[in-house]
Amino acid sequence: MENVIKVGMADLNVAVSPFILTTLGLGSCVGVCLYDSIAKVAGMAHIMLPYSMHGKPETNLAKYADTGIELLINEMAKKGAVKSRMIAKLAGGAQMFNFRQENDIIKIGQKNVLACKEILNNLNIRIIAEDTGGNFGRTIELFAEDGRLMIRTIGFGVKQI
Amino acid sequence: MSIGIDDLNTNQLDVLREIGNIGAGNAITALAKMLNKKVDMSVPKVKILNFKEIPEILGSSDTLIVGILLEVTGDLKGNILFVLDSNSAHSLVNILMGKQDADKSAELDEIEISALKEMGNILAGSYLSALSMLTNLNILPSVPDLCIDMAGAILSVPAIGFGKVGDSVLYIETEFTDGTQKVAGEFFLIPDVNSYETLLSALGVMG
Repeated sequence: MENVIKVGMADLNVAVSPFILTTLGLGSCVGVCLYDSIAKVAGMAHIMLPYSMHGKPETNLAKYADTGIELLINEMAKKGAVKSRMIAKLAGGAQMFNFRQENDIIKIGQKNVLACKEILNNLNIRIIAEDTGGNFGRTIELFAEDGRLMIRTIGFGVKQI
Repeated sequence: MSIGIDDLNTNQLDVLREIGNIGAGNAITALAKMLNKKVDMSVPKVKILNFKEIPEILGSSDTLIVGILLEVTGDLKGNILFVLDSNSAHSLVNILMGKQDADKSAELDEIEISALKEMGNILAGSYLSALSMLTNLNILPSVPDLCIDMAGAILSVPAIGFGKVGDSVLYIETEFTDGTQKVAGEFFLIPDVNSYETLLSALGVMG
C-alpha cells in the first residue's frame, strides 16, 4: 500500500488525507495519535518513555512523551493543523511480562500512558478514545481522511476507535 | 550522569562482548549436559544496534515471536530477555522433548511453554553465573515469564530499558543445533540505569 507511512520506535510522522500512518507491534510504548478534522491532518508519535529529564542533551525528541508530543504538534502545524482543533487517541502501554515484584521496566507501559494523558491535558487537547493497557501488542493505523484509528492484535481481535 | 551503551569506549565494549561470548558458551554447555547430547553452537555475535532497528531483527515488527524474561537482582539489577522466532521456539521444544517432525505451525501447548520457560531459566542462569564469576558480583535471576506476541511489542521491553540511557541496544545473537533442528535466538542483558557503573567497575574497565 503506497498510501501508508510507517512510524518506527521513538519516531513520529505527519500525514494529510488520503494517507495512513501506521506503527507495527506497539508494546509498552504508547502510540499518540493527534487529528485535526478540518485540515484533515493526522500525526502519530511512538513514545517510549515518559519524561526527558536525564541531565543529557536529548538527541531524540520523539522518544519521550513531553518532547515528542510537543514536536508532533509543531510538525502538524507546518501542514496546516491548528492545535485548538486537535483531538487525541491513545493506544499501547501494555505490560508484556508479569512479575510479582515492582519492576521499572515492567510497569513502564502504565507510566507512559499516564504521562501522555497528563501532557495532553496540560495542552488542552481532548483525548476522545483510548485502547491502552493489557498484556498484548498492538498494530495501529490512523487514517488522515477521517481520523479513525484501527487497532489489530494477535488473539484479541481488531477494533476501531 | 548515567552511563549508556553510547557512552562506552571500545575497550569497555570489548569486555562486554567477551562476557557475551563466555555467557552464551556456558549456556549451551548447560543445555548439552541437560539433554545429554551434542549441541553445536556457532560463535555468538555480540551486536550493538540503534533501538529503531531492534524490532526488525527477527523480521517484521508484527511477526509472532516468543520472549522469555527474567529479572536480575543482587549486586547487579536489571533484566534478561531471550527471544526466539516461532520457528526456533518449535525447534527448541522439539530438541527438549525429543520430537522429530512436530507441526511447527501449531500453537504451543502448556507443557511446551513450560519447557521453554525452563530453557530460559537454564540459559539465563548459566549466562549469569559466568558473569558472576568474572565480576565477583552476586547476581540472582528470578523465575521466568514467557510472552508470545508481536516482535515489536516484546522487543520494546529491552529497547525501553536501554532507551533510558541512550539510543543503542546491546544483544547477543546465538545459533545452535543438535544436528537436526536449528535454533536461533537473541539474548539481551538489560542493566538498570545505575548498574552499568557497577558492572564496569567490577570488570575493571570503569573510566
